[in-house]
Amino acid sequence: MNNNRSYFLISCMVFGFAFLYVPILSLIIFSFNKSKLVTVWAGFSTKWYGALLQNEQILQAAWISLRIAFVNACFAVALGTLAGFVLARLGRFRGRTLFTGMVTAPLVMPEVITGLSLLLLFVAMQDLIGWPQGRGITTITIAHITFSMAYVAVIVQSRLSSVDESVEEAALDLGARPAKVFFVITLPIIAPALVSGWLLAFTMSLDDLVIASFVSGPGSSTLPMVVFSKVRLGVSPEINALASIIVLLVSMGVIAAGYLMHRQQKIRQRDIQFAIAANK
Amino acid sequence: MSRAGYVPLGERVAAGAEPLSRILWRFPPYRWCVTLLQRMGFTGRSAVIAIPYLWLLLFFLVPFAFVLKISLAEALIARPPYSSLFEWTEEAYLVIKMNVANYQFLIEDDLYWTAYLNSAKVALISTFFCLVIGYPMAYGMARADPSWRNVLLLLVILPFWTSFLLRVYAWIGILKNNGIINNILMGLGIIDEPIVMMQTNFAVYLGIVYSYLPFMILPLYANLERLDRTLLEAAADLGCRPIKAFVYITLPLSLPGIIAGSLLVFIPAVGEFVIPALLGGPDTLMIGRVLWDEFFANRDWPVASAVAIAILLLLVVPIVIFQRFQAHEAGA
Repeated sequence: MNNNRSYFLISCMVFGFAFLYVPILSLIIFSFNKSKLVTVWAGFSTKWYGALLQNEQILQAAWISLRIAFVNACFAVALGTLAGFVLARLGRFRGRTLFTGMVTAPLVMPEVITGLSLLLLFVAMQDLIGWPQGRGITTITIAHITFSMAYVAVIVQSRLSSVDESVEEAALDLGARPAKVFFVITLPIIAPALVSGWLLAFTMSLDDLVIASFVSGPGSSTLPMVVFSKVRLGVSPEINALASIIVLLVSMGVIAAGYLMHRQQKIRQRDIQFAIAANK
Repeated sequence: MSRAGYVPLGERVAAGAEPLSRILWRFPPYRWCVTLLQRMGFTGRSAVIAIPYLWLLLFFLVPFAFVLKISLAEALIARPPYSSLFEWTEEAYLVIKMNVANYQFLIEDDLYWTAYLNSAKVALISTFFCLVIGYPMAYGMARADPSWRNVLLLLVILPFWTSFLLRVYAWIGILKNNGIINNILMGLGIIDEPIVMMQTNFAVYLGIVYSYLPFMILPLYANLERLDRTLLEAAADLGCRPIKAFVYITLPLSLPGIIAGSLLVFIPAVGEFVIPALLGGPDTLMIGRVLWDEFFANRDWPVASAVAIAILLLLVVPIVIFQRFQAHEAGA
């Protein structure tokens, strides 16, 4: 390979990753700043972390957000796995095109539209059937499930289409019932996709401001809604501290998940090699 | 590989489900329901399809019908704040009152046109910059040593998992008048007056490119990693210069990645609200923000719905292309 070209590529990558990480690092560094003026360095201090832990409003919102994110992730994985399985394994059926469309469209749909349309649906439903009573945690959770299940479906689908179907077919040929094949063979194969889908659904719900703002009600302000109202008034060191904690937790989670998946893959490769060696 | 006495979780669930269905079978209502469903042609297969199908139908597709309906209603000071489209008169005639005034209002008011066109422009330019920055990164990642690839991939995904809102917030501290960039430049004596960067269009472009860059890199990387390298070797053997090989082989073959990445950036960027609200100035008009203000500040639900329909009209072609593309990729 041409040397000039690889220098060019390496400098592009260094620049790109710096672009991605410098803002995050600056958030973390200035969360330890003594001064209230976020960007003027006045010495090391951890007082903003203490202030954050005393802030009832933020803690309460964080608790609401975590609860929504947890329920959302569980439902999104269940529904998204079904949807991904349908797309990857069940072939043609009536209305498949519409189904594919409804799975992929939420990935790109602007959030303001999703939020507004769901709100109008909830208002109309309350009029017609009396449910949901008002808006709050339930409606936010339903809205989040709808868009995060699409992400899970795409992850599961791509995982399933990269795996050989013959193992499942063999089990069916040997007389196993479809449900049993799904639980005993398909699910373990796609387990890594389910883990990353669950984590993705969890963080997306934790992160969503726009949709939650539309479908929330009094007393159900999520963490991003509280952060947004604070940030609109200007920078605040407490938010920096909050950001640092979130970055720390997320990177630990992503690195742990990455490591586990890496190990899983190695074990599988070894099993495959053993199987090939045993058959020889 | 099976350890003695260890039953995988999946097997346990399946084993537990069988006795459960045997017990349920003893109850006539369950038996009737199952038989009825089977007579109607429902099988386990259609149940598997029906569950996610119905969910998406109810919570994704049907809501658009309501948006369309409300966009044709009149704003009222009431709860909910819009007029009813269908009314039964005393003679039991169904009267449908449609009101296109909201759309007329959108077309006649310059504010909406400016916001509409500005959103398309901002999204287009940001997509272009994402591509310019993202392509070499994805290319470099795909060419990197395999042991490095996963680490680099993790580094691209990581910011995407941390809070979007907080990453946009980080730029406020960097760009504002007494922010990091201005402090450094003034400290070095390069400038005397702070450069105004916050609340400008520049900040909005920067924020969008920054936030959506991983969406561009990931499909490009997936595509470039699969690229058959022997084609490039063949070209080199036949005396083709690397630049030419890139233009005639790599670039056309990576077109699917370019299209997927660009649509993943362009479509959500058009309706973006958070970035113009935090980084843009009062004159940075973007259609997503206009919708938000109509809804939350003016409480005019019908006009907000009409704006949503207008955004969808702009995006329907890109969204259909994206879907064709996803379906094609999944099928391949």
